[in-house]
Amino acid sequence: MSKIPLQFRHNGRDVAIFVDGGTNLLVALRELIGDMTPKFGCGQGGCGTCSVLIDGELHLSCLTLAETVAGRSIETLDGMKQGPNLHPLQRAFADHFAAQCGYCTPGMLMAAKALLDRNPSPSRDEVIEAISGNICRCTGYEPIINAILAAASGRVSA
Amino acid sequence: MAVTVKTFASASEAAGALSSDRTARYLGGGTLVMRALNEGDVAISTVVRAQDQALTRIDASGPRITLGAGVTFARILAERDLAFLHAPARSIGGPAVRNMGTVGGNLFAPSPYGDFTVALLALDATVAVAGGFGSRDTPIEEFLQARERQAGTLVLSVSCTRPASSEAFRYRKIARIKPKGGSVITLAAHLPVSGGRIAGARIALGSMAPTQIRARAAERALEGRSLDAATIAAAASAATEGTSPSDNALGSAWYRREIVGVHLRRLLSGQD
Amino acid sequence: MLELRKDIFADERDDNLKEIGKGTQRQDMLGHVTGTSNYFNDHKLQGMLHLKVVRSTQAHARIRRIDTTEAERSAGVRRIIRGTDVPVNLNTLLSLINFGKDDEPSLAVDKVRYKGEPILAIVADSEREAFEAIAKVKVDYEPLPAVFDVEDALKPGAPVVNETYPKNAFIYHDVYDHQRLRFGDADAALASADHVLEQRYQMSPIEHAPTETNGAIAAPDTNGRYVVYTSTQALFFSVDTCAKILDVPSNTFHFIGGTVGGGFGGKVDTLTEPLAILGAMLTGRPVRYVFGREEEMQYGPPRGAERIYIKDGVMRDGRIVARKIRAYFDSGAYTRLSSYAAVKCAAHLPGPYTIPNVYGDVYCVFTNRTPATAMRGFGVTAMDFAIECQMDKLANLVGMDPMEFRILNAYRDGDMKAHRREAKNTALIECVQVAAEKAKWPIRDEFRRASSRKDGGGSRAAIPPTPTESRARPAAPAQQRTSYDRAPVTATREPPREPPPPPTTPPPPPPRPSAPSHGATRFSSVFGTRRR
Ligand SMILES: Cc1cc2nc3c(=O)[nH]c(=O)nc-3n(C[C@H](O)[C@H](O)[C@H](O)COP(=O)(O)OP(=O)(O)OC[C@H]3O[C@@H](n4cnc5c(N)ncnc54)[C@H](O)[C@@H]3O)c2cc1C
Ligand code: FES
Ligand code: FES
Repeated sequence: MSKIPLQFRHNGRDVAIFVDGGTNLLVALRELIGDMTPKFGCGQGGCGTCSVLIDGELHLSCLTLAETVAGRSIETLDGMKQGPNLHPLQRAFADHFAAQCGYCTPGMLMAAKALLDRNPSPSRDEVIEAISGNICRCTGYEPIINAILAAASGRVSA
Repeated sequence: MAVTVKTFASASEAAGALSSDRTARYLGGGTLVMRALNEGDVAISTVVRAQDQALTRIDASGPRITLGAGVTFARILAERDLAFLHAPARSIGGPAVRNMGTVGGNLFAPSPYGDFTVALLALDATVAVAGGFGSRDTPIEEFLQARERQAGTLVLSVSCTRPASSEAFRYRKIARIKPKGGSVITLAAHLPVSGGRIAGARIALGSMAPTQIRARAAERALEGRSLDAATIAAAASAATEGTSPSDNALGSAWYRREIVGVHLRRLLSGQD
Repeated sequence: MLELRKDIFADERDDNLKEIGKGTQRQDMLGHVTGTSNYFNDHKLQGMLHLKVVRSTQAHARIRRIDTTEAERSAGVRRIIRGTDVPVNLNTLLSLINFGKDDEPSLAVDKVRYKGEPILAIVADSEREAFEAIAKVKVDYEPLPAVFDVEDALKPGAPVVNETYPKNAFIYHDVYDHQRLRFGDADAALASADHVLEQRYQMSPIEHAPTETNGAIAAPDTNGRYVVYTSTQALFFSVDTCAKILDVPSNTFHFIGGTVGGGFGGKVDTLTEPLAILGAMLTGRPVRYVFGREEEMQYGPPRGAERIYIKDGVMRDGRIVARKIRAYFDSGAYTRLSSYAAVKCAAHLPGPYTIPNVYGDVYCVFTNRTPATAMRGFGVTAMDFAIECQMDKLANLVGMDPMEFRILNAYRDGDMKAHRREAKNTALIECVQVAAEKAKWPIRDEFRRASSRKDGGGSRAAIPPTPTESRARPAAPAQQRTSYDRAPVTATREPPREPPPPPTTPPPPPPRPSAPSHGATRFSSVFGTRRR
């Protein structure tokens, strides 16, 4: 089977892997790089739990052909911590009980980061819009929205 | 056997590769192609890509605008000169889908998708398709009617004339989930006005037939009239003519027929 | 008063808890926000193979032939597993507690009973190769008439869905084709009621739609054991189910789970583990079997549909004097947990109200739909929906405020429930009062003053005379057989029609109400009479 060499930046680190034709970025990240933070929830773009940032933009890794990220920069939840410390969004999610089963959390956090990186003080409606591609079956969304708003306004525990 | 990915520098090479292989699928943003692969669609065994800059070009400076087939909805939303297309672009997917999905892919997206194409149909867009030498322009209506047979042809760009005012172009998508969701029905209307009367109205409907269609009877009801209550009522009551909606999880054919006139009335009367 | 058995687990309990009113962090939160919580699928194993199943395209069909010649030659295919490869290819989940008969194969052998039923499992090097092989499998079906409606399924002559239960109803204690509740004389009370309201309610199946789909990874370990990472909600239940299906001692397995990406009841059926382990056994390699999203939504078990008929007799002053209920729980093609749901449904009748005459029949019915399973309050949810809709309609019928109407009919401490147990620690009245207050819904003083602790018992504690009727094996009507069914009918069941046929054997004596106590003989609707 012919494998395709692929290089990109993964959470600030250069990585090189060989992928099969047709491999999506979610599989490449999880199975070839070992970054298990993006999750498989549907493979159809419907749930958002596989969300990653590509050059700072929110993308669905399950719908991204791995080869298309050659030379680009990928961010996942694995790269969110700031050294030993949690990112303010991570702290806010914990403080506000914004995760129950936790399966949507990686995608939610990336969607929230994509928003705050561009718009540090979003309105509630903008938060709702920003996570509208992400499904959470546990929390009912309110705690997640509140967590993102809290992180934006700096209201997080140390 | 894994999938073969063929990447080309130019659109014409990609077009050639597409036309010679029945199992090949062009990859735009991939939101539908990758989904099919993930779900085990073994009919696709070759994926064709083109890294041609021309495909991602936006020309929005003049009265006639051109969008490369590979332009994403997020880029349209970032372009102030394309404000008239912001409503349809914003109505698609969540932010990630808008960052990925393209204008070209939307032309092929089956119901309940293809919202942007509804807007393009109302705007009487022209679709530029790669031909033997250079490109060939097709009116969007013709393109959609022959869409099944377009597999294997590469779309290069779409272009349309900028509507005269924000009043002259209107768009409305009915979805069950807000702010994101598949379309129950989608409506777009281009209503050029000349001397207080509508001249050359075009109304396009999504999810009311196997492809996006025009509501010709409703257009006729508007033609040459001013947009008053009686005219709007006449157009609304003609909205279902020529439609053939089907049932899906988002709504039944019956329901679609019931509501299309209601929403056309609201669209034409500027109601929310 | 609530009795707390503080002697139990005394050394494991802290009596000085002060948790109410302040947040307590989840122990898994840090893992969730850093993405380090380990779900079953977060394990990368060397040489892992991928398992996908071939699913039935038919709702009900005989399988004439399965042709795998081409699929076997397909690239990357390591093993094709058939029903005959499964050591014990017939199981029912609750057999672990001796309840119900084995009725469901892991892989269908000669018949499929719902659309999407697994027929073959294909183990391949990659998912893509498994998909390609699936496309090459040819299954020759002989379609059989299918039944999708619970009441149609119980009609004489209906297609037999599941041969283990030839009358399309689950059989309790080898005898009863439904759960039955009789308390007082509902028919007489209906005849003398001021108003009678009969309504039909139904609820569709509901998919849990967990964000993580069902799945498992099984890998050969040392000492002939297998490590199994699983999404199961019921780890020990899954271990034992796999041990039974694969016919090995349960210590063959080392199950690792507990971090579940949303379950809500949809991850108790042990659907993926047995095949993943069998795949690992047959190939000697780690095998992963994960549902795709479409599989999860379409063929993963939903909350079962229910159809409910309620006929109530109510007096002008608002007292409900009779409630007669007939309910059908749609189990789909196999039992799974629906037999238990129907028990819960019957146990919930007539809702939290004191009604002197109650009559209930609850059926667990087989149809050619996706087998149903647990989901948050299953068996009770739809019944509550029906009962509370009915309560609103009854209040309207007698011109009463719906909140006051509920308070008037609510059970109170000391009342006799239709199950012949005394009502204790009741609190419906207080709940309604609080709800009214929060909703700023005005209720009259006398209802605001009502209390669950007052005015219960006394005449409300009486067990009314209850007419007896047959509940044992009457002669069954002949049932039409499909061409598939060769064996003659032996099981018998009365048709679900009113009125019931005359008694042929005396019913078991009604259980005496008694406070639960350890060691006493109890009657359980699941197990029958047993010692606790
Ligand atoms: C979660 C989710 C939500 C969505 N919501 C919406 C929505 O609200 N509204 C909506 O309209 N759509 C929606 N879509 C569908 C889809 O994302 C869009 O229609 C998008 O525009 C498709 O573009 P693409 O570039 O991603 O298509 P691709 O997947 O790349 O391609 C789709 C089809 O078009 C063909 N194609 C693509 N580009 C070309 C070209 N240049 N020339 C020839 N053929 C081409 C491909 O071969 C393929 O057959 C949604 C999708 C997902 C996954
Ligand atoms: S797994 Fe990518 S959107 Fe669900
Ligand atoms: S926390 Fe379970 S899906 Fe969001």
